[in-house]
Amino acid sequence: MKYILMMAGTKAGVDTYKAWSKSDVQAHFAWLKSLNKELSDSGELVANEPLAAPEQAKVVRAGKDCVPITDGVFPEAKEFLLGYWIVDVESPERACQIAARLSAGPGPGGVPTSMPIEVRQIMSRRTDELT
Amino acid sequence: MKYILMMNTMKAGEGVPGWPKKDLQAHVAFMRKFSKDLRDSGELVSAEGLSFPDQAKVVRASKDGTPVTDGVFPEGKEFLAGYWIVDVATPERAYAIAARASAAPGPGGAPLNMPIEVRSVLSAPPPEML
Amino acid sequence: MDVPIENLLRDLTPQVLGAVIRRFHDFASAEDAVQEALFAAAIQWPQEGIPDNPRGWLIQVAARGMMDYLRSEEARRRREELAATEAVQLAPSVDVEPEADADDPLTLFFMCCHPALTPSSAIALTLRAVGGLTTAEIAAAFLVPEATMAQRISRAKASIKASGVPFQLPTSQERAQRLRTVLHVLYLIFNEGYTSSAGPHVQRLELSREAIRLTRSVHALLPDDGEVAGLLALMLLTDARRLARTDPDGELIPLTKQDRKLWDQVEISEGIALLTATLSKGSIGAYQLQAAIAAVHDEAARTEDTDWPQILALYELLKRMSDNPMVMLNHAIAVAMVHGPSKGLELLKALDSDARVAGHHRLDAVRAHLLEMAGDHQAAVTHYRIAANRTTSIPEQNYLITQAARLSESTASPDRGASRPKAEYPTMSG
Repeated sequence: MKYILMMAGTKAGVDTYKAWSKSDVQAHFAWLKSLNKELSDSGELVANEPLAAPEQAKVVRAGKDCVPITDGVFPEAKEFLLGYWIVDVESPERACQIAARLSAGPGPGGVPTSMPIEVRQIMSRRTDELT
Repeated sequence: MKYILMMNTMKAGEGVPGWPKKDLQAHVAFMRKFSKDLRDSGELVSAEGLSFPDQAKVVRASKDGTPVTDGVFPEGKEFLAGYWIVDVATPERAYAIAARASAAPGPGGAPLNMPIEVRSVLSAPPPEML
Repeated sequence: MDVPIENLLRDLTPQVLGAVIRRFHDFASAEDAVQEALFAAAIQWPQEGIPDNPRGWLIQVAARGMMDYLRSEEARRRREELAATEAVQLAPSVDVEPEADADDPLTLFFMCCHPALTPSSAIALTLRAVGGLTTAEIAAAFLVPEATMAQRISRAKASIKASGVPFQLPTSQERAQRLRTVLHVLYLIFNEGYTSSAGPHVQRLELSREAIRLTRSVHALLPDDGEVAGLLALMLLTDARRLARTDPDGELIPLTKQDRKLWDQVEISEGIALLTATLSKGSIGAYQLQAAIAAVHDEAARTEDTDWPQILALYELLKRMSDNPMVMLNHAIAVAMVHGPSKGLELLKALDSDARVAGHHRLDAVRAHLLEMAGDHQAAVTHYRIAANRTTSIPEQNYLITQAARLSESTASPDRGASRPKAEYPTMSG
């Protein structure tokens, strides 16, 4: 079963992150690398993409004649996607277990950052033959 | 350059659209062709649709690491419905692709004009991480 | 790669692997060595021609690979740990071809479907070690990156090694249970089912055909086992409808609406022949019953000719040997077709309190279908929509939304039965 695990943040959160000490940043990054390797070794990690900060993000709508209308996006308090993981696991419980691990990444002083991780099942392009 | 095009168009408490059958079929056909054209041009890296947020969970580790799971959301909270990741030469090309997705037909065949969020996908950790 | 050579290599894989495992007692390394031998053959045979003894060629090359591997392992270890017998085994007698044993392919099936493995591990390992598919092919079939699938297979091999399972057939006490596990894995591979090609990946491999091929080989190895024959019959009778199952746009067509001229009569005949032969042997199992039900459908020239009373009788039997809630749902449909939709709907009420199926989209989909049969269109539309909201299959979701729309239009009044507001925007339905 494929799930997407999404980590969201706010501009305020990212600003706080930018003020972490270098050693806290490195510890966080080392943890991330180690967790990704673990998920990769277990054969569960399908994809992981970090997203760029949303300063350059645009929201696009089709204008007249499909000429895009673009709009810069983010008010201070709004949550945006920092990055996601796609995992292929045996059960929804396992997906949530992995999400809990992602949320427990170390922040300043090694305290878990407690980032909220949204867990959603990915739609399959298959149907069951036999049911 | 990789970009993610996101449809943040699902809302908590909503269900599938109730359009007339032929409008639904036109929409599905449009989306199919849209993905196929991106595949054929070599610009499509991946695309996924997400299930309805009824089953969504948000998991947070508390300070001592134990997880807290929440499945209840305020009515009308926005959720990601799906995304495309494209690999293109310029941001303008990414916006043009997004505009086409945005123009997908809806009820009565009129373009839906969906808001599509376009963000860069990093190929390496962001500088502030290093 | 040349197709006849590719097919030959895949057919030979289980025998070659079996021989190498029995000689060297190391499943994981043997599997690697055989993969390399297959790779070498894929390059050399198109240029130099297929050898006179292709199986012997592969076994020799794989055995040499194992020797090289073992020697380099040995060079890293202390010699005093080597037992005298092992020293004899490692002596350069490579040119004596390890013998293939007729039981090897079956033993390999049992090994790859060992109950210690998770279903997805067993599926991956079976497709690789018995099916002879490459990691890349298996990854593509399951829509995961090759590296992920490689890890899954690697870990499956490590689990087998850690479990200490010997490379031999299970004891007669364990046989029945172990065979059930093998059949279940094959059933799962077949049931991975049909993928629409609308996504970014284009499917080269039809897992259902691979499942049929593998089940055929188990049937050839165990020709007297009724459930093996039953599973093969079930797959053939289901696969026979493949071309009629979707319209040119990839949308699902339910069995009752399919163009039966597109059904594969050769597969249907083969399935029925298999079934007839096994049923005459007296024993009856769940796969045989499911095959019998599929046969009744496939024998009807038109939907209206379907012998629903017979299907109902078969589901009554199946219910007694399986408490699978999906069986209950299909039974309810059969009851509706014979005794009327309200009887079917009554049965569904019992399932509302079954935790395994209560929130499952299929329960709502079946309920919607029966409500439509009963003429309660507004409630049917509601339940089609609930099912569409809950399913995680794109083709099913499209089908269910379409049914809701169709029914909603034909009642010529807007559905007031919807329990929730409808989205302004749709989902990723392409």
